[in-house]
Amino acid sequence: MSVLGDFASIIPEMVLGATALALMLAAAFAGDAFARPISWLAVAALALAGGLLASPAVYSGGTIFEGLYQADAFATFAKALIFAAAAGSILLAPRFFDGEGGGIRAEYPVLILLACVGMSIMVSATDFLTLYVGLELNSLAAYVLASFMRRDVRSAEAGLKYFVLGALASGILLYGMSLLYGFSGTTSFAGVAQAMSGELSSGLIFGLVFVLAGLAFKISAVPFHMWTPDVYEGAPTPVTAFFASAPKVAALALTTRVAVVALGPTGHSWQQIIIFCALASIVLGAVAAINQSNIKRLMAYSSINNVGFALIGLAAGTEKGVAAVMSYLAIYVVMTIGSFACIVQMKDENGNPVESIASLAGLSQRRPGLAAALAIFMFSLAGIPPLFGFWAKFLVFDAAVAADLTLLAALGIAASVIGAFYYLKIIKTMYFDAPSGELAQGRNVLDFSIIWACAAVIVFGYLLNPLLDSASAAAAASLF
Amino acid sequence: MNQLGFPILTLMLAVPMLGAIACLYASAQQARWIALGATLIDLLLGIIIWMSFDQSVGAPEWQFTEYAPIFGRFAWAMGIDGIALMLIALTVFLMPICILASWEAIDRRVGEYMAAFLFMETLMIGVFTAQDIFLFYIFFEAGLIPMYLIIGIWGGVDRIYASYKFFLYTLLGSVLMLIAMLWMVNVAGTTSIPVLMQTDFPVAAQNWLWLAFFASFAVKMPMWPVHTWLPDAHVQAPTAGSVILAGVLLKMGGYGFIRFSLPMFPEASAHFAWLVFGLSMVAVVYTSLVALVQQDMKKLIAYSSVAHMAIVTVGLFAFNQQGIEGAMMVMLGHGLVSAALFLCVGVIYDRLHTREIDRYGGLAINMPKYALLFMLFTMASVGLPGTSNFVGELLALMGVYQVSSLVALVSTTGIILGAAYMLYLYRRVVFGDLTKDDVRAMPDLSPREITMLVPIALAVLWMGIYPESFLAPMRANVASIVARTEAARPEGDAKLVMGKIGDLAPAHGAEHGAAPETAQKETH
Repeated sequence: MSVLGDFASIIPEMVLGATALALMLAAAFAGDAFARPISWLAVAALALAGGLLASPAVYSGGTIFEGLYQADAFATFAKALIFAAAAGSILLAPRFFDGEGGGIRAEYPVLILLACVGMSIMVSATDFLTLYVGLELNSLAAYVLASFMRRDVRSAEAGLKYFVLGALASGILLYGMSLLYGFSGTTSFAGVAQAMSGELSSGLIFGLVFVLAGLAFKISAVPFHMWTPDVYEGAPTPVTAFFASAPKVAALALTTRVAVVALGPTGHSWQQIIIFCALASIVLGAVAAINQSNIKRLMAYSSINNVGFALIGLAAGTEKGVAAVMSYLAIYVVMTIGSFACIVQMKDENGNPVESIASLAGLSQRRPGLAAALAIFMFSLAGIPPLFGFWAKFLVFDAAVAADLTLLAALGIAASVIGAFYYLKIIKTMYFDAPSGELAQGRNVLDFSIIWACAAVIVFGYLLNPLLDSASAAAAASLF
Repeated sequence: MNQLGFPILTLMLAVPMLGAIACLYASAQQARWIALGATLIDLLLGIIIWMSFDQSVGAPEWQFTEYAPIFGRFAWAMGIDGIALMLIALTVFLMPICILASWEAIDRRVGEYMAAFLFMETLMIGVFTAQDIFLFYIFFEAGLIPMYLIIGIWGGVDRIYASYKFFLYTLLGSVLMLIAMLWMVNVAGTTSIPVLMQTDFPVAAQNWLWLAFFASFAVKMPMWPVHTWLPDAHVQAPTAGSVILAGVLLKMGGYGFIRFSLPMFPEASAHFAWLVFGLSMVAVVYTSLVALVQQDMKKLIAYSSVAHMAIVTVGLFAFNQQGIEGAMMVMLGHGLVSAALFLCVGVIYDRLHTREIDRYGGLAINMPKYALLFMLFTMASVGLPGTSNFVGELLALMGVYQVSSLVALVSTTGIILGAAYMLYLYRRVVFGDLTKDDVRAMPDLSPREITMLVPIALAVLWMGIYPESFLAPMRANVASIVARTEAARPEGDAKLVMGKIGDLAPAHGAEHGAAPETAQKETH
């Protein structure tokens, strides 16, 4: 196909990129007063890009741009999740920033759009250089978003921490990529895979380890997770919702593609690394969360814990396993956006955000709807049936058992009981404790539509199973 | 579809579910009536399925079946056999009584409370009707959510500790079962429980699978030493919560053994029978002794539940018709009797707000109706002939006697100890002098309380006097389980020999019958 024809396969990215640039100019000239229209335009652009994903050139365009980029069902599935999560994060923002004084700034939706372009490139990359470009575009936008509340010390600290540690991880990743390039002579996934199929030189092994370490940092898997709680706590809540959803999807999808396509032929030499990361993330994510009193830190550990479960599907290394990872991410995004939409509602009388778990005490009596929704998300994150979060765990464990990793599955599911403890703690605070009266009333139709839409998916999700199954199976099949 | 022409099992699940949603939006008084109405409709549906259940010879094993593959990897598959039918009957019978028991005792957040109970009913019936293994798991696990809320919101002083313990204990027990289920479905290629019951799994794998299921059912049952969540949960739960916990939730463990462990892993069941026997023997003696020294009435009954459930497990792993039928009868009988005992405790707790045994005494004088009903249930719990528990315990012990005299001997001490702690409880609460003023002021049973207790009393007597009504629907299903486990059945030490019918006819036939029996013994 000609290069010009290749552009047909990246229309969603082009739409997002063009909108981001146009809105940036609009923001520069019109100022923050137009922040809300700009937000709506950004959401419209995401919706348009999401709609364009349905074009055959996008979901089955094949390898384009001389093997740098892949337009397949796998990338499309991930992009759909990323766009949805990003739209949710933009919609949640305006009310949150209102309370902090100054209101929402017009750059916020623009930065999210740019991050989305970066993430789209990440999930479609079939070359280490494309991968790196996409990753950095996403990361640079994310560093700015983390420190978005300039006058807030914690937000600035979060941005700085994220930047320093993120740069370190990028360095590790680059080093690994250069080793792979040096020992295989190519940066394309297919070429690396070919080099890996023979006898493994120590250089290739080192390259593999460094690449996986760099990626583990991006998905915040243990032992490269330490930045997560601080960044999640410090960043403004809608940004935290964004970090916990879209970039997680992108980085996990990227890791899956790298592991299966580029490193796959090595007889699963990466499998033991993934198994270790999975178990360590599940256990540490569960144990470390127990004593948290800040709900955003708790959600950070929860996201580490969830990454561990998703990695169990990847550890299986089979088509079924990849399908399970993608389904897991889909369900996880819904639970995360829903939970953070609830957390955004936690405000005191002056409209300032409240983050302590204790402030939720007795919420079920003061705001029964909000408490019920948050309880649904917590039970679902704990993986208790009949909520949809159970199905996510079910799929990854099913894949692990089918791949003869029964012991891993048994250990992982046993550790999930530890995780259940801290999710229960939030429910206990809301339902069993006496009301504290710290949180103010007040509701917003848009926020609650997001909350209830997510809750409906979590409660009635099993009816979506046939759809989710076929979509994730198609996504997985395109990698094998 | 089935003999009724409409999906009655789905309807039984839907009625309480819709009732639960309605309760959330209703006022307190409306919620009570909605809940009572929904549970009564389900009771009616339960009566309909019992009446139309085909018990004739050659009747299909699974009746009222429904199948809709709407969930992708698993299906909405429903269907019941006689065993499930009896447990469903128990559930729908106890639920309206639970609602009545909470009528006045629960005065805050009534709508949510009733919703939790109705949701619980949906899940319990779902457990007994599910024919898809994952559907079963979903119902089985989901029960944790409403029970956690019931204990945690409406429970006693230490409710938070008890609710956590209940939740995490049972969750840890059941998650390993999920992995075992995934493995089985992977190997067998089906999620249908009836098909899996006929699947022969490799013997080496059976042991692991059996242990995974055992972890779940033993906690649910509960068996010693994983029973410790039960006394805490019972003591802290509101009365109706205790009733449903003792009446139905504990039966899920026994149902699991019958439905999964025995028919799916017969070899492993035989292999681990010693483990079950050992734990059950300890449970019978130990928990009975613990019950003897309790100061708290609910705790005493909770410990007695553990002892009774140990008789159930002993009967189940006897691998014969009497044993399994007896175990089922103990489960049904205990479901009624312990439920009634918790209600009896609830009746006086509502008046004096303490469960301490020493605070009562002499109730026979001012509460004669209460004393009469309480005595009936005490006697039933002891296992007096003519009551439900006698039938079950006798059959279960007869069953296990064919396998091991020692186990039968130790288990039988449970009945004696049971008589000791129950009569001791009854003496301290009901007999003696009426010395305390506040106790003297307690009124006798109200009409509402009589409405709760009398139906249970009648059912207990019915089950004791004419157990055939309850045994007949289960007989064929129990026989097929026995046939399935026949090959693996461990040899017993009792060497029983069936006497000839002809020898039994004359009154003095015993001497004649004895001779061939000893002759038989020598040939063994």
